[in-house]
Amino acid sequence: MSSDTHNPAVQMRQVEKKYGKQIVLSELDLDVHQGEKLALIGPSGSGKSTILRILMTLEAIQKGEVYIDGSPLWKNVNGKTTSATGQDLHNIRTHVGMVFQHYNLFPHMRVLENLTAAPIQVLNKNREEVDTLARDLLEKVGLADKAEAWPAELSGGQKQRVAIARALAMQPDIMLLDEVTSALDPEVVGEVLDVLRDLAKHSGMTMLLVTHEMAFAKEIADRVLFMDGGHIVESGTPEQIFNNPTEERTQTFLKRILRAG
Amino acid sequence: MPRLLSGLTVTIEATVLGMLLALALGLFWTICRRSPNKLLAGLVHWIVEFVRSTPLLLQLYFFFYVLPAAGIILSPLLTGLLALGLHYSSYTTEVYRAGIDAVPKGQWDASTALGFSKSYVWKSIIMPQAIPRVLPILGNYFIAMFKDTPLLSAITVMEIFQQARLVGAEQFRYLEPFKMVGIVFLILSLIAAQMEIALEKRYVVRHS
Repeated sequence: MSSDTHNPAVQMRQVEKKYGKQIVLSELDLDVHQGEKLALIGPSGSGKSTILRILMTLEAIQKGEVYIDGSPLWKNVNGKTTSATGQDLHNIRTHVGMVFQHYNLFPHMRVLENLTAAPIQVLNKNREEVDTLARDLLEKVGLADKAEAWPAELSGGQKQRVAIARALAMQPDIMLLDEVTSALDPEVVGEVLDVLRDLAKHSGMTMLLVTHEMAFAKEIADRVLFMDGGHIVESGTPEQIFNNPTEERTQTFLKRILRAG
Repeated sequence: MPRLLSGLTVTIEATVLGMLLALALGLFWTICRRSPNKLLAGLVHWIVEFVRSTPLLLQLYFFFYVLPAAGIILSPLLTGLLALGLHYSSYTTEVYRAGIDAVPKGQWDASTALGFSKSYVWKSIIMPQAIPRVLPILGNYFIAMFKDTPLLSAITVMEIFQQARLVGAEQFRYLEPFKMVGIVFLILSLIAAQMEIALEKRYVVRHS
């Protein structure tokens, strides 16, 4: 799979996702083009994070099709919704990176090894090359001096910056950021947003960002999606969504959030 | 004394090798029980339940009398080792399971997101986190198995308890040899417990 610029980074067609009988996403269509910075906002349980988890192959879907850089992750084969397998699935995974709300660093590995394990094991790169890359990335997120630290010795903000660097070490084309500041103490949210801002402005990566940080979404996103009840209610530029939302549900949500914030 | 010492050697041999077998076999059961093959997982589940729900002494006799009848002729010690290892593997598999379940789901998510192979995830992400969590419990089973080794005397293994009984029978003095055996068990169990605590400190404290 090459990241062919003619293909959208993400294509979702009529996707349906259920947990048992509960429908989480229904008839969802979404296109994200190469290099686009997309913010997904909406109340909790609206299906935002589920979209990211589907794209990261962490969740199965029941209906519809999903393409990543033009390669099928889920497609319809003889009327059945079928997942990519083996090498195809592996290739998709190596092109997509994800950062989680709870960091999910490997606690039994030092910071540097958290960054280097996957490029060495999965991409078969040689250790010196990966070490250099990892140290550069740690420098970039302001943690050059923490390479030999254990994750348990870091603050929440530092852990999340390591997690971002770990995802970047795989050099993905598409980066999924799932509420990456939600678990952080308010005073360290800024340091993580600084790293993401830098990334958004200086990399050509496609970024999908599920967030409750409205000001930040407004600042870095090319496009904002408002979701509610498993549907995309409204989609547009940050100005449209935040300043002139057309849908009533969007207006209600933003009023509530901005008053609370 | 020399006879008790040679008995002690057998006891320690049986414990250490029996535990190694229990650890390896337990891991094997755990992997089978997580197999996507439902038949295999179900079969292993029932084997484990069966072994866990019948007395060790019965299993020892069974192995000792039935295996030769099936044409498998092993020394008493080897037979005892197999039975001990099998019996305790039904406990260690539960311990592994608890340890694996205690690893946060986010570790699996992160492993998938980074594209690790299944074997790497087990070997280098999940088990290194699961085992330190259950070291205290595995340590307890090690000591429990050590104290169960006198049962091997029932199938003529010359371990320390059997030797003490023979010494007692020859000299009509049971108190001294059994006192010695009791003291040896006490001292070795205490040492093992200390070693287990040291091991725990080394692996657990570092990451929490």
